[in-house]
Amino acid sequence: MSKEATVLFDAPGPRARRRNALLTALSALLLIALIALAAKRFNDQGQFAGNLWTPFLKADVWVNLILPGLWNTLKAAAVASVLAILFGVVFGLARLSDHSWIRVPAGAVVEFFRAIPLLILIFLAYFVPNKVSPVIAESPFGTFQRVMVDSVGWIFGVEINAGVVTVPAFAAVVFGLVLYNGSVLAEVVRAGVNSIPKGQAEAAYSVGLRKNGVMRLVLLPQAITVMMPAIVSQLVVLLKDTALGFIIAYGELLQAGFKQVPPNFGNNLIQAGIVVAIIYIAINMVLSSVANRLERRSRGSRKTAAKTMGTGTGAPPAAGMSVAGQSGSV
Amino acid sequence: MEQLLELFDFGPFFDNIGAILDGFWATIRLSAAAAVLSLLIGTILVSFRVSPVPVLQKVGAVYVNVLRNTPLTLVLLMCSLGLSDTLRLVFSQDSGVNYYWWAVLGLSGYTAAFVCEALRSGINTVPLGQAEAARSIGLTFTQSLRMIILPQAFRAVVAPLGSILIAMIKNTTVAAAASYAETAVVMKQFMDDPTFQSGALPLFIGIAVGFMILTLPTGFFFGWLAKRTAVAR
Repeated sequence: MSKEATVLFDAPGPRARRRNALLTALSALLLIALIALAAKRFNDQGQFAGNLWTPFLKADVWVNLILPGLWNTLKAAAVASVLAILFGVVFGLARLSDHSWIRVPAGAVVEFFRAIPLLILIFLAYFVPNKVSPVIAESPFGTFQRVMVDSVGWIFGVEINAGVVTVPAFAAVVFGLVLYNGSVLAEVVRAGVNSIPKGQAEAAYSVGLRKNGVMRLVLLPQAITVMMPAIVSQLVVLLKDTALGFIIAYGELLQAGFKQVPPNFGNNLIQAGIVVAIIYIAINMVLSSVANRLERRSRGSRKTAAKTMGTGTGAPPAAGMSVAGQSGSV
Repeated sequence: MEQLLELFDFGPFFDNIGAILDGFWATIRLSAAAAVLSLLIGTILVSFRVSPVPVLQKVGAVYVNVLRNTPLTLVLLMCSLGLSDTLRLVFSQDSGVNYYWWAVLGLSGYTAAFVCEALRSGINTVPLGQAEAARSIGLTFTQSLRMIILPQAFRAVVAPLGSILIAMIKNTTVAAAASYAETAVVMKQFMDDPTFQSGALPLFIGIAVGFMILTLPTGFFFGWLAKRTAVAR
C-alpha cells in the first residue's frame, strides 16, 4: 500500500521513505513496550500460571461446558434469525403498503422496537409475563392466555402453571432478538425495495401486472440481491447479541465459557474470556466474509441497476454498522 | 375487565420514580462520556488505518476486527472482571467510580471500532483531487489529514455517526453485566422484587419511553445536522 499513491499520500520519495521507516520503527517499539507492560502485569498477578491455561486443552472442558454453550448460542441465533427475517419481510412490506391503516401501525411498531435497547426487550419477555399473567388469568382473557401458551408458547418452552406464565431464558432471548433485529431488517427490506429504480415498477405495471405481481415478480427478486449483504451483517449483530443471554443466565457460549469455567479452574477469567472471544471472532469473521463475497457478487452482476446496500463506498463492510445506508446498529 | 386495568396502574412506577430517574441519570453520564471518548479513539484509529506506517495500519486493522466481532457483553465483562478485578488495574479505590470508568472505557473502545469504520468510508467519499491539491501545496500527511481530509470526511458521515451514537446509548444497558448500576440494573432490581407485582408493565413502558426520549431526538438532531453539513458536490 505504501508504494503507490492513495488518497492521502504519494508514492514516497527518499525523504518520506526515511521518515516512514523511522515512524515504523518508533511505533513498533511503542507497540512492543505496550505488550511488554501488559505481559509484566499478567506476570505480576500470576496470570501466566499453567493451571489457568491448561483447562482449555482438556477435552472434557470443551465437551461438557464450551460446546454445549456454543450449541445454545447457535440455536438461539438460528431460531431468532429465521423469525427476524420473517418479521422483517412482513413489516418491511407492510410499511410500503398503499393503505395507511397498514403502513402507519407497521411503522410505529418498527420505530418503537428500534428505539429501545435489546436488553430491555429481553427483560420484558423474561420478567413481565410472570408478573402480569396471574392478573390476566382472572380476567376474561384467562382462557385466551392459556390457549395461546398451549398452542404457540410451548414451542419455545413457555409454561403455564395455575395461571402463572413462566418464560424460559431461551424464549426471552429469542423474543428480544426477533423484535429488535426484525425491526432493523424491516428497514433493510423497505430501503432495498425503494432502491430499485422506479422504471422497473412502472414497466411492470405497464405490462399489466398488479401490485402483488409487481412486488413478487419484479421488485423483490431484485431487492433480495441488493439487501443480501446488509441482511448477513445484521445476522452477525444478532449472533453477537445472543451474548446478552448472559445477563438472564441463558446457558450460551459466554455463560458457559466465562461464568461456568472460571470457578472450576482457579478463577481463570482472563484466559476464559480470551478463548471465548476467539470463538466469537472466528464465527463472525466467517459470516462477514460471506457478506463480503455476496456483496462482490451482486455488485458484479448487471441484473439490477440499484446499488448494493450496506457497505457505503468501497470500505469493507462493517458488520452491523451497514444497515440501510443510514440506519446502522451496533 | 376491571382487573386488567390493574396492569396499567402507574402508582408503583411513580412511587419509585426517584430510583428510576437515578438509573437514567447514570445512563446519561455513561453515554455522554463514552460518546466523546469513542469519537476520539475512533478518529485516532482511522488516522492509524490510513497512515503510511504499516505497523500502525496493522494495529488499527486488528483492533477494529477484534472489537467489532466480540460481543459487547464480553468486552465489558473483560473490563470489569478481567482488567479491573483480576489484573487490578483500577481507576479509583471507590468501586463505584472505578466501575464507571471501566464501563466508559469498554463501551468507548467497542464503539470506537464502529466510528473508525464509519470515518474510513467517509474518507473514501473525499475526491482524490482534494488530497492531490493538498499535497501539491506542500501539506504533509498529518496536515492534509487534519485540515483537508478529515473535516470533509466528518461532514460526510454525520448521519452514520448519529446511528452509532444512538446504538451506543442503547448499548449502555449492557453495562448492567459489568457492575455499573444504570437503567437496566434498576429495572432488574424491581423485577426481581416479588412484592413489585402490578407495576411490572408500567415499569417497562416507562423505561421504554425514557429511552425513546433519549434516542428519538438524537436521531432527529443528527438527521437535521446531516442535511445541514452535507458537502455539496
